[in-house]
Amino acid sequence: MNGLARRLGLSLLGPVLAVLVALVISAVVIALIGEDPIEAFRVMVDLGDSPSQQVQSIVVVLNRAVPLFLAGLAVAVAFRMGLFNIGVEGQYRMATILAAAAGAAVALPGPLHVLLIVVVAMVVGAVWAGIVGVLKVTRGVSEVISSIMLNFIALGLASFLLTGPLRGSPPGASIVTTSEIPESGRVPSLNGLLTALGLAAPRSGLYGFLVVAVVVGVVVAVLLQRTRFGFDLRATGLSPSAATASGVDARGMVVKTMLISGGIAGLIGLPDLLGSQYDYGTEFTAGLGFLGIAVALLGRSSPIGIALAALLFAFLDRAALPLQFADIPSSVVTIIQGTIVLAVVIANEVARRLALRSAERAGASAGPGPDAGGDDGAPPPPGPDGGQRVRTGAPEDVQA
Amino acid sequence: MASADSPAAGHGSTADDVPLAVELRGITKRFPGVVANRDIALRVRRGEVHAVVGENGAGKSTLMKTLYGEHRPDEGQILVDGREVAFRSPADAIAAGIGMVHQHFMLADNFTVLENIVLGSEPTKAGRLDLAEARRRITDISDRYSLGLRPDALVEDLGVGDRQRVEIAKVLYRDARTLILDEPTAVLVPQEVDELFANLAELKREGLTVIFISHKLDEVRRVADSITVIRRGTTVGTADPRTTTARQLAELMVGAELPSPEVRTSTVREVPVLQMVGVTVTDGGRRPVVDDVTLTVREGEVVGIAGVEGNGQAELVDAIMGLRPLAAGSVLLGGEDVTGWSTRARREGGVGFIPEDRHRQGMLLDAPLWENRILGHQTRPPAVRGPFIDRRGARADTARIMREYDVRAPGPDTLAVALSGGNQQKLIVGREMSAEPRLLVAAHPTRGVDVGAQAVIWELLKDARAEGLGIVLISADLDELIGLSDTLHVMLRGRLVATLDPRRVTPEELGGHMTGARTTAGAA
Repeated sequence: MNGLARRLGLSLLGPVLAVLVALVISAVVIALIGEDPIEAFRVMVDLGDSPSQQVQSIVVVLNRAVPLFLAGLAVAVAFRMGLFNIGVEGQYRMATILAAAAGAAVALPGPLHVLLIVVVAMVVGAVWAGIVGVLKVTRGVSEVISSIMLNFIALGLASFLLTGPLRGSPPGASIVTTSEIPESGRVPSLNGLLTALGLAAPRSGLYGFLVVAVVVGVVVAVLLQRTRFGFDLRATGLSPSAATASGVDARGMVVKTMLISGGIAGLIGLPDLLGSQYDYGTEFTAGLGFLGIAVALLGRSSPIGIALAALLFAFLDRAALPLQFADIPSSVVTIIQGTIVLAVVIANEVARRLALRSAERAGASAGPGPDAGGDDGAPPPPGPDGGQRVRTGAPEDVQA
Repeated sequence: MASADSPAAGHGSTADDVPLAVELRGITKRFPGVVANRDIALRVRRGEVHAVVGENGAGKSTLMKTLYGEHRPDEGQILVDGREVAFRSPADAIAAGIGMVHQHFMLADNFTVLENIVLGSEPTKAGRLDLAEARRRITDISDRYSLGLRPDALVEDLGVGDRQRVEIAKVLYRDARTLILDEPTAVLVPQEVDELFANLAELKREGLTVIFISHKLDEVRRVADSITVIRRGTTVGTADPRTTTARQLAELMVGAELPSPEVRTSTVREVPVLQMVGVTVTDGGRRPVVDDVTLTVREGEVVGIAGVEGNGQAELVDAIMGLRPLAAGSVLLGGEDVTGWSTRARREGGVGFIPEDRHRQGMLLDAPLWENRILGHQTRPPAVRGPFIDRRGARADTARIMREYDVRAPGPDTLAVALSGGNQQKLIVGREMSAEPRLLVAAHPTRGVDVGAQAVIWELLKDARAEGLGIVLISADLDELIGLSDTLHVMLRGRLVATLDPRRVTPEELGGHMTGARTTAGAA
């Protein structure tokens, strides 16, 4: 279908344009700090010389992309309903530390142990986000404010728990951590799959949580696009007043959406926790919640878009180390990511207007517009009382 | 006498040496796929009230936007005081002495009258707002044209008529010699219309020119010195209001002879579908905005609610739909107490809803039509199957609605925003009717739709009523209310103050009840 292809093209146009603009701006910045932008970009796309190095690079990118994808999903679910869950950062930190502690405290057979950790993480994330939802519907507190505030509380609380009741590392250790999760609570790597595909075995393991992330992505996509609940959610995001008038319980939706968003947020830390770290400590990956906002924005809140955006961000993150080896400041990566986010906001708006204009043109050519009049010699339409009507009180239609 | 072919009839006496205030020659304006105006000729003499009449969608507003510089014509000339002009923006039109009073007021509510009038062309002294000078000029304008303005009153405290006078003063403050009034009476009750016409007479006495856009023919005949009729985008003739009857004018306007009104037959049955008993809604504080309303809608009955906007009609609708909690009273649907039911439960219980503001409450503008088909019917087939959306079913049913209700759009995947107001409204009506409701709450069902869609919607409402649907009709269009209703209630300050017989009441009487000038309850 031509129209579908056109809409798809328009929806891709924004992000692609944004990435291109961001690359140009970044090139200028790199040149300004006295480095060669071409060389920098070459280093970034160079995945390594040997097959095993290349596979290793790809595994690093994927392992980074999995939590970014989950973070993007968590933000996007709330986003689709018009809620800004800025609190993903705090939600996943709280979820991860408590899940790590719970996982270390019990001993269960393999799959059950992992399941318990996942459930604890999701419940903690959901509860932490649920506070935001409840505050919004009962007290009218903006979710932006309360979720930012809860981030600070979460970080403080996590530090307290880590150094106090949940501390597992010996006193005096330079890195404070929780107790390590035993073997049964860990998610095995997918390296067996890689070697089965005939690829060289990488040094580090490809997170088995990748599978979970894909499943979560599919579930979210189906939930948003194909279910009544998802329709209510998206309708509320498009027009809260129209959704309410259609029978959506807006207050209930706020709480439910925040619970789902928080539940997904609870998963963000698990790929690292269950795939490589096995404990939560002061060195645990930070900032994923905020990056998730950028990823959701770049991916236009659609699961596939978020997957692509997460891969792009992960690819850029991987380049930080090789850039340092090449004596180029690794903050180049941060600059590119930052400009992408800024550019995507602008490009999305431009693309939205283009889509709107093409839609309007399609509408105008469909039939006679409001001004063309439809009474080609035909008798005039009857009035409300069945007779001809001379006076009408309705205001003139908005003209094309 | 109306004359379709000799435009000279109305102004044969104009001497050639007195230039016309405004003359349009051969104006054509095209939009993608549509010719909005075609070969327009308009001659407005200085110091007259010149009415431009035509049906909704005939192209009046497009023409006035051309004259006010909001867009440029594709062909033709605009002459002001005999000199050809080319307006690039409304600022150019204002500089040439042309001012526009829009149908929808453009005032800042939290500003005073004075601040609103000077906004955008503030007099300054040494870089600061010169309030004394502004006040002097506004008082001067108010006195000269008998506008009765209070410069320090807040606009939010003003009534509709006062707001309109502020808009007129705004234009006069910018030294307009020609005023365009776009459907100025659409928002006024008859008494306010009289006041407006008195103001127009003052303007005329002072030598100003007024171009008066309307489709209300008896008003036009009362106030205008000459009339130009527009039909299907072009001027079809001029008329002298002193010698032309409303009927002749109407025939010129629609281009056909008018049939006589049909005899109305009542379809009211005995079974009540909606009963409201002592319903009171407050504005969040203690002030009641709907005050002890009791009414019954029976099967096959249209119950009209008349009232000046803002007298509690919107809140009454919210109370029926369950969008607002009741402070007191109860709502019964088909004898069942639904006071505690959610909006969704009420909709499932057979309540259809055509909201007052379709963009705010009736549509998802950025969503395709088939998703708009689902809106409000999320729990019922054909749009859903269990907890899942039935995309194919929704698309197919949207296509059916588009066919049966004449919604002009490329297809179910078109975004709702691309449709004209009339087509959006037809989709909403089709969607609500498709659920076969017992009760339909229709708030301003034909507001802002073109005349063809208006007639279609009226027909649909009448057919549904004949099949036993109970309808609550809220409208600002008195003719619509009188024409469609079986029972007519008047709402004033939250209370039902009168119950009238729509077969006997005139718009003037109804207007009197709406403003509280008449107080006899149950005049019928």
